[in-house]
Amino acid sequence: MIDLLLIGATRFLVGGAPHWVGCEPTRRQRIYFANHGSHLDTLLIWAALPAPLRGRTHPVAAADYWGGEGVMGRIARDTLKAVLVNRAGGAEAGDPLAPLRDMLAKGESLIIFPEGTRTTERLPGPFKSGLYRLALDFPQVELIPVYLENPGRAFPKGALIPVPIACAVRFGAPLALGAQEDKAAFLARARAAVSELAP
Amino acid sequence: MTGLAAHHKMLMLFAGVGALLVVASAIGWALARRVATPEGRATIDNLNARIRAWWVMIAIFAVGFLLGPAATLILFALTSFYTLREFVSLTPTRAADVPPIAASFYLFLPLQYWLIWTEWYGLFAILIPVYAFLLLPSLAALTGDVQDFLLRVARLQWGLMLTVYCVSHAPALLTLDIPGYLDQRFFLLFFLIAVVQMSDVLQYVFGKLFGRRKVAPVVSPSKTWEGLIGGGLSATALGAALWWMTPFTPLQAAGMAFVIVAMGFLGGLSLSAIKRSMGAKDWGTMVKGHGGVLDRMDSVCFAAPVFFHLTRFFFTP
Repeated sequence: MIDLLLIGATRFLVGGAPHWVGCEPTRRQRIYFANHGSHLDTLLIWAALPAPLRGRTHPVAAADYWGGEGVMGRIARDTLKAVLVNRAGGAEAGDPLAPLRDMLAKGESLIIFPEGTRTTERLPGPFKSGLYRLALDFPQVELIPVYLENPGRAFPKGALIPVPIACAVRFGAPLALGAQEDKAAFLARARAAVSELAP
Repeated sequence: MTGLAAHHKMLMLFAGVGALLVVASAIGWALARRVATPEGRATIDNLNARIRAWWVMIAIFAVGFLLGPAATLILFALTSFYTLREFVSLTPTRAADVPPIAASFYLFLPLQYWLIWTEWYGLFAILIPVYAFLLLPSLAALTGDVQDFLLRVARLQWGLMLTVYCVSHAPALLTLDIPGYLDQRFFLLFFLIAVVQMSDVLQYVFGKLFGRRKVAPVVSPSKTWEGLIGGGLSATALGAALWWMTPFTPLQAAGMAFVIVAMGFLGGLSLSAIKRSMGAKDWGTMVKGHGGVLDRMDSVCFAAPVFFHLTRFFFTP
């Protein structure tokens, strides 16, 4: 019920039509990785997936924003079934990727934002290494680049409420980690794959 | 015929429009079977998509009539919402524009339609030209971002004027106190939309059949003098033939239809110029075969306020 309301509100306010440019929606295990400009991003990709895939695809969200007991926290936990990660890091925090590995080991799919934080630019900034490490440990998982058009305009950093500006979600062709490819080269290629989907 | 009850007239109207659409659909179907060239196929596909979108629009109109003025107002408010969304989406914006955009969508749009509902004409007429005009730049200035300030504010004000202020004059026809016509005001709205849309369709058809000389090739390559004159005059004649549903005489109905056609043409041309200055061909992808909603409403934007004020000036006490 909440999920239908959430999807309805998203469609009404910002649209978010899915464009399967380089791949089709399938049940294969996947990591969707996208540019990050807004708190709408998670919701947009999740709502753009067909209903059967939604339940098994988990957005990765920052615990400091989405982990609370308020409305946002409840939506993240109960409706989006998000995986919360601790951005603070530090030695005592342990491996921040551990909850992601657990999910992938269970055969579930993930939505991640490799920039790590929201940016104000149209094209994504440098990627953090998490995507590379997951690709290395889970070679059977398909890596799908996703470009989010306009959420950074509809609900930019610092804005109090989102405004109705039409957004689109563009899914690109799967990317695979090359046999000899090093971290920097792979992350640059992944970032370019997202940028190329920008209209 | 002016003595007919409102619902009786409405039944005749929908039967008439329905018959017209059945004929159009049949022609489209027959043409689709005969056409051989890929170029011709594209034209026919476009025509058939337009006809299908017409069926949907007439259904929406029927729902508006059956459910009453509140439903009609909500439908037009939603139209304003979607067209403003299309306008703002196509316009470059910055983070500092969020407060004035939020005020446009969440304050001025609902307020403008609420003023129609309460029939507060005085504030309805000045809300956006005066209060939004002053408040939107103030909100933008408070954020402290001066880059392209005038351009950004002007674009948003244009969007709000066109998609909310101008469009809202169509349902505002339902508030006009024309003596002896109070239960039939819905037909004024029908008259406006019917003339605007027949003019659009007929200009398209005349242009495809006889079009040679372009009116403004850079702004709108599909508009030709042959289409404008042939389609415009036929739509004016059809408008005059609808006089029985209006408070006008046949001659007055022809005059009103002519003004609607002329304003509709100028609206289409102006919005096309705005669109092209932003590097786009269509306002959106909402309506199949019609581009965005604003692609279908561009003529209404310009025709509605002028038709509203002419009717108000000459036909209300």
